[in-house]
Amino acid sequence: MPLISCSNLKMGYEGKIVISDLTFDINSGDYLCIVGENGSGKTTLMKGLLGLISPISGKIEYLEGLKQRYIGYLPQQTSIQKDFPCSVLEVVLSGTLNKKFLPIYSKEQKNLALENMEKVNILDLKKKSFQELSGGQKQRVLLARALCATGKLLILDEPITGLDPIASQDLYDLIGKLNKQGITIVMVSHDITTSVKHASHILHMSGDSYFYGTTHQYMHSEIGEKFMLRDCPCDKCSHSNKGDRL
Amino acid sequence: MIEMLSYNFMIRALIVGTLVSLCAALLGVILVLKRYSMIGDGLSHVGFGALAIAAAANIAPLYVAIPVVLLAAFCLLRLSENSKINGDAAIAVISSTAVATGVIVASVTGLNTDLNSYLFGSVLATSNGDAVMCVVLSIVVILLFLLFYNKIFAVTFDESFSKACGTRPSVYNIIIAVLTALTIVIGMRIMGTLLISALIIFPSLTAMRLCKSFKSVMITAGILSVICFLLGLTASYYLDIPTGPTVVVSNCIMLVIFWLVSKIKACR
Repeated sequence: MPLISCSNLKMGYEGKIVISDLTFDINSGDYLCIVGENGSGKTTLMKGLLGLISPISGKIEYLEGLKQRYIGYLPQQTSIQKDFPCSVLEVVLSGTLNKKFLPIYSKEQKNLALENMEKVNILDLKKKSFQELSGGQKQRVLLARALCATGKLLILDEPITGLDPIASQDLYDLIGKLNKQGITIVMVSHDITTSVKHASHILHMSGDSYFYGTTHQYMHSEIGEKFMLRDCPCDKCSHSNKGDRL
Repeated sequence: MIEMLSYNFMIRALIVGTLVSLCAALLGVILVLKRYSMIGDGLSHVGFGALAIAAAANIAPLYVAIPVVLLAAFCLLRLSENSKINGDAAIAVISSTAVATGVIVASVTGLNTDLNSYLFGSVLATSNGDAVMCVVLSIVVILLFLLFYNKIFAVTFDESFSKACGTRPSVYNIIIAVLTALTIVIGMRIMGTLLISALIIFPSLTAMRLCKSFKSVMITAGILSVICFLLGLTASYYLDIPTGPTVVVSNCIMLVIFWLVSKIKACR
């Protein structure tokens, strides 16, 4: 059963059309990576899924009881956040505001925040100042906040931007773990090689052509071959170029 | 102290000033973090223009200044959100035009003696009616702020995340703009047009030197702002110097002290 179903989607901004006639489903439990060059409409599509902009035509349906505001979103960090005085707990708690909004956080909301902080392993940073954390720690905090907002679907916007290789690997491992626990992942990424390693499905956007399929299908597609500078490691396929490119 | 409080105008100034300092500090934290510090400055200049016109037309100043400054707040916020126009430049254009208009109106109608008190504030400027209105408005500002505190934090920290969670950031930006406009109009008479923005910016900057959580910054800024106002008011009374500038200087001294303490802490 699909969680989100997009059909004949046409989207754009400032009068420019960047996505036309895109149809695909996101199924529950998928790990989808949206890849493609700059300007291919990755971010526009993501904003569409989040309801930040609405499609010009076509539709995005939310199924299986998923509501748009219950999508967990990990945005790119803004310049405002660099010197914003706030504690880790305050940031994570703000993710629970889509459920209930009172002048004071309820016990449930606090428990939810603590639970999700434990999931991403930052319980010990609870009282630390957000601006003094490392890049990887900050992403974990924002991930915990996103988890507070959702139980089903996370949308991640280039989550490893600015992280060192070790922190990136840690974050990928954590996202993989969350996916195994049943959370559907949609990740916008530049890094095709690493995406292919972790994702179950790939949506490749380039100009007006799209590829959507499983990662295995992608690696054997024309567009996938062009972008993957390595061969498929599986035994089943006899790749025509096997070995040539290495 | 008791002698100081034997004058009615001093009691009025004390009540209004304390409440305004508190409101300004709370809003100031948000404005500084949102990079909107200059909007406060721009609005106070618009307020000056409105006051001058109100005085010339012989209308109670607050009744003219409040709607005009509210309108200006909406415009400035729109301009800042709209990336096509440079927000900084827009604020400069609007505020200098407003001051120029105010000065011309004041000089034509022969209000030159009052100009000084508009620009630099005066404890004598608040009438009984004004004081009542100030108290009511300040309470509204503080209540709205407490009610929406969590949402205001979320929207200030991350607009796109809040938007994805179904909050409409524009609503909260408008609330902030309205509250700012009200605070500036109320505080302008005591602090003066040129100095009211200090009340908004100083306490939050000072608090941010030492406090690391949002809540502690808010509380510290509020307390500091009230303390600095009371110090400034008392000093101005005994030293016979103008109140607005004295409050600003006491805020500045506090900022320097906090900055030094944070440096010493960092060295350890």
